[in-house]
Amino acid sequence: MNVKALVFLLLTPFAASAQGFAGLGSSAEGFDIPQPGHRFDFPADHGPHPSFRIEWWYLTANLTGADGQEYGIQWTLFRSALRPFEQSGWQSPQLWMGHAGLTTPDTHFFAERLARGGIGQAGVTAVPFQAWIDEWHMRGDIIDALSLRANGADFGYDLSLTADGPLVFHGDNGYSVKSAEGQASYYYSQPRYAVSGVLHLPDRDVQVTGEGWLDREWSSQPLAADQSGWDWFSLTFDTGDKLMAFRLRGGRGDFTAATWINAEGTSQSLPDGQIRFTPVQTSSVAGRDIPTEWAISLPAKGVEIRVSALNPGAWMGTRFAYWEGPVTVSGSHAGRGYLEMTGYGAPP
Amino acid sequence: MIGPVLQALWSHWRWHRVQLATLLAGIALATGLWSAVQAINAEARASYDRANAQLGLGQLDELIHPSGRIPLATYVALRRSGWQVAAVLDGRIDAGGRSVRLMGVDMVSYPALPALADPQGNPPAPESVLTPPGRLFATPDLAARLSERRDLPPILTSTALPPDLVLTDIGTAETLLGQSGSLTRLVLLPDQPRARPPLDQVAPDLRRRGPDSRIDTARLTDSFHLNLSAFGLLSFAVGLFIVHGTVGLAFAQRRGMVRTLRALGVPLATLSRLMLAELVVFALIGGTLGLVLGHLLAGALLPDVAATLRGLYGAPVQGQLHLRPGWAAAGLAMAVGGTILASGQALWRLARLPLLAAPGVQAWRRGTDHRTSALTGLFVCAAGIAAYSLFDGLVAGFVLLGGILTGSALLLPMLVSTALRVFGRRARKPVTQWVWADMQAQLPGLSLALMALLLALAANIGVGTMVSSFRLTFLGWLDQRLVSELYVTAEDSDQGRQIQAWLEPRAEAVLPIRNVELPHETGPLFLYGIVDHPTYREHWPLISGAPDAWDTLFRGEGILINEQLARRADLWPGDRLPLAPGMALTIAGVYSDYGNPTGQAIVAMDLFDQIAPEAENRRFGIRIDPSQASPLADALRTRFDLGPGAVVPQAAVKAQSRAIFEKTFVVTSALNVLTLGVAGFAMFTSLLTLWTQRLPQIAPIWALGLTRSRLAALELLRSVVLAALTAFLALPLGLVLAWVLLSVINVQAFGWRLPMFLFPWAWVQLFVLTAIAALLAAALPAWRLRRVPPADLLRVFANER
Repeated sequence: MNVKALVFLLLTPFAASAQGFAGLGSSAEGFDIPQPGHRFDFPADHGPHPSFRIEWWYLTANLTGADGQEYGIQWTLFRSALRPFEQSGWQSPQLWMGHAGLTTPDTHFFAERLARGGIGQAGVTAVPFQAWIDEWHMRGDIIDALSLRANGADFGYDLSLTADGPLVFHGDNGYSVKSAEGQASYYYSQPRYAVSGVLHLPDRDVQVTGEGWLDREWSSQPLAADQSGWDWFSLTFDTGDKLMAFRLRGGRGDFTAATWINAEGTSQSLPDGQIRFTPVQTSSVAGRDIPTEWAISLPAKGVEIRVSALNPGAWMGTRFAYWEGPVTVSGSHAGRGYLEMTGYGAPP
Repeated sequence: MIGPVLQALWSHWRWHRVQLATLLAGIALATGLWSAVQAINAEARASYDRANAQLGLGQLDELIHPSGRIPLATYVALRRSGWQVAAVLDGRIDAGGRSVRLMGVDMVSYPALPALADPQGNPPAPESVLTPPGRLFATPDLAARLSERRDLPPILTSTALPPDLVLTDIGTAETLLGQSGSLTRLVLLPDQPRARPPLDQVAPDLRRRGPDSRIDTARLTDSFHLNLSAFGLLSFAVGLFIVHGTVGLAFAQRRGMVRTLRALGVPLATLSRLMLAELVVFALIGGTLGLVLGHLLAGALLPDVAATLRGLYGAPVQGQLHLRPGWAAAGLAMAVGGTILASGQALWRLARLPLLAAPGVQAWRRGTDHRTSALTGLFVCAAGIAAYSLFDGLVAGFVLLGGILTGSALLLPMLVSTALRVFGRRARKPVTQWVWADMQAQLPGLSLALMALLLALAANIGVGTMVSSFRLTFLGWLDQRLVSELYVTAEDSDQGRQIQAWLEPRAEAVLPIRNVELPHETGPLFLYGIVDHPTYREHWPLISGAPDAWDTLFRGEGILINEQLARRADLWPGDRLPLAPGMALTIAGVYSDYGNPTGQAIVAMDLFDQIAPEAENRRFGIRIDPSQASPLADALRTRFDLGPGAVVPQAAVKAQSRAIFEKTFVVTSALNVLTLGVAGFAMFTSLLTLWTQRLPQIAPIWALGLTRSRLAALELLRSVVLAALTAFLALPLGLVLAWVLLSVINVQAFGWRLPMFLFPWAWVQLFVLTAIAALLAAALPAWRLRRVPPADLLRVFANER
């Protein structure tokens, strides 16, 4: 999932009054609410859903350079609606936010973009598929073949992505429950992109190849009032199997969910309580203690693994800050993937 | 040893309390006037800085279009090429009869927003700010004025905003200003990504300008503040003449004491240091008094200055004075520095005084050489003129002014002396001869006071001439320009149309007054559309342009611009003025437009409609037989249920314009009067100084048979003659000053050149005033002379003197 963020109460002067992380706990008056039994309509559903409060196009990739080094990149476009409709011009109630990250074993780069809807500075179209904010883009004729670009002050990347498998729907055919009270989102992924291209580092360009994972999710109120943050994993094992798993940390207990995706692309949802997450080691990042090594146990699939960060300092110091970076997997299964963690206490 | 010496020094002041008071008053006046001007300037500048800092205005580079309009598509193209820019749409809205700046920013990307909060102190909800109707942010004062308007979005107050600025989201600004799809400027954000294409490839039409190249309030008002500073400095200099006179006298009177103290074994070095310390203490006391005076004066003048700056430049100045430590320190430093400067000569002479020199005052007064002074004066004058002919602009103007003023002051003793010699040669009677010779003899002691008087009089004549010329020109221009008998303002364009239709058969002509604000690189530019009517051809004087300028205009082939825009942008007939992307018009003529800080331009109404079809049409001038104006106004009010302010007769508009004008120079006039007062006081102290040395010179004359009354009358006469001579010489100097003010300083400060008018009657008044001041200054010495006991006069012959 990446109930990532949103944001957008991100206008600094309006400071975060925030219930929950980044205002995600606020109510959803006037906005549509995800319903079970939804039938997805493609390619239209690759495009935006303005009547829902929040939505994202979230791509992560684990890459290996021609220099033999491990890299990770993140490209995310968030949409946040102040009102449940779209109109053209500055009066549009739709806001857009882009995050880009590039992680090496010893450095983490990130950049952030903000834009208003309605004027063409940022947006998403389903056909042809285009998601963009400023000069960043993720686009192609169809969603199975994309080019990806982002730039920060001192880093950037230009990659091409080719899908190698079907879309995967999380939860109940894409209806992904996020709390015991029933908060939910629409959530599907393309977990199997072959990626190649070039990373721009301050001192050099690096040719890379690897695998990418695109998450699509939209909702109007994905968090319960007591939930303060989450830990989200997308892992690719050497066997070809994949695992998406998250834990929402709540005052009244954690809520977990996972999706097992086998090498052929068929998936199985694992409901609350089936998977266990145990922080093994924390790192001090941006003045906070962040778990950067985890023990994950999924007895149903015989998974007993250690997940550790490639670079514990993968901190996204954006308006709503969080940790997001590539991880390596060892134990019963070996592999690599991406980890996102939000809601770990700000320094006093 | 130090104790008794201090006691001895202090005893002088105990016996000469008036002298002490004069000294302190001199220091206080000099410091006070200077500090008042400094406080006003500092307050105004602090207001500008605050305004700049508050919204990050003036710190980042900006992109602008020569026409002032940037298409939204250009913004999007820049963003989509990677350039990080924040969109801004500026405009003006009416706030309780005053036009204030509306700044619409993309609140999501603008880099320097202040903390904004709703009345409960919470951050306002983003959807309330970013979606219709939106929110306006303004200072509490401005919010109160805006709240009278019902048609505005809800207003939230913030003290972190500049006064006279309404901040809002760009979407709200578009709606309020009735402009969509274009922007006025793009702020370049500090963090830019790698690999951006060159700017001229993405947006070749845009120009990048740095914060320092922007014509901002601070630069616009610089000349105004320089004007004030020049006045402050003049007052300071005149105040120092008082200090010089008093200290010189005190030191002369203390020669005997100094000689005694040194004879008793006090080293000269100790004595000099103690006397210097004494002066510093007086300077600090006088300076502190001056600061109090300056603060009060500045507090009294600031509201008018603020009103002037707002009226003339639209500059945001709060009418409230703050006490700044730096200001107080600078004021005291000026007081101490000035006092030591003014006393330097006296101290120097004291230090070189031979131990056994006679304690007479002649040694002190032994004059500066007139010729050296005059030569220096000529040189300074020439330097000022040379500076002006070599350089251009405001500073050169002030150097010219300073050079001529200082040089003429230095020339004064020579000129007066020559005049006295000529008069003396023509005198036949012995008493008359003595009077001229005596004046000649007194001249060195009086010359500084006379210089002060010369400067004050010249400043008075110069500034008076400028203000009066300005007034005459301005009022004449008002009479010419405000020709419509009635001015009508409808509630909106719809009512405007109805009123226009209703008036057509009832009035001689209905002239729509429609305008739109366009940004221009020199600041806001107001474009007016007019219909062809003789009113314009007959009553709008062109200062430059072809004879057929009006025809060109009404054919839609040309544009007229005001003098301010012409001078600021250096655009003259034949040049082209870009108005909108792809549209530039040839300038057909330039018209004078006094009392207005901003650029203005006029086009034919058809053309105006193409440029700004959305501009409202609710103001009209009505031409009608003046006797019919009042009944028509009543009928109009009744028919359309208009408020009292909606239909205004010509006279009311003129009165309002005059009121604004009078405010403009209230500070200048106040400083002018104060400077003259200080100069009068300087003359008084000088005469008082001379008085103490008069007895030895007068006693022989008295002994020859002139009565004390006669001598006293001659004393008065002497004062008046010297003042009159000075005033006579001040006249041409004042006129030169006026010319520089009108043709150099004014053009720079306000953007218009004014014709110079002469006001001989004002000069007569000033002469009389000067004579009265001279009489008053000499009254006390003369009265003392009348009452001096004959024994004192006799004692002169017995005395060692």
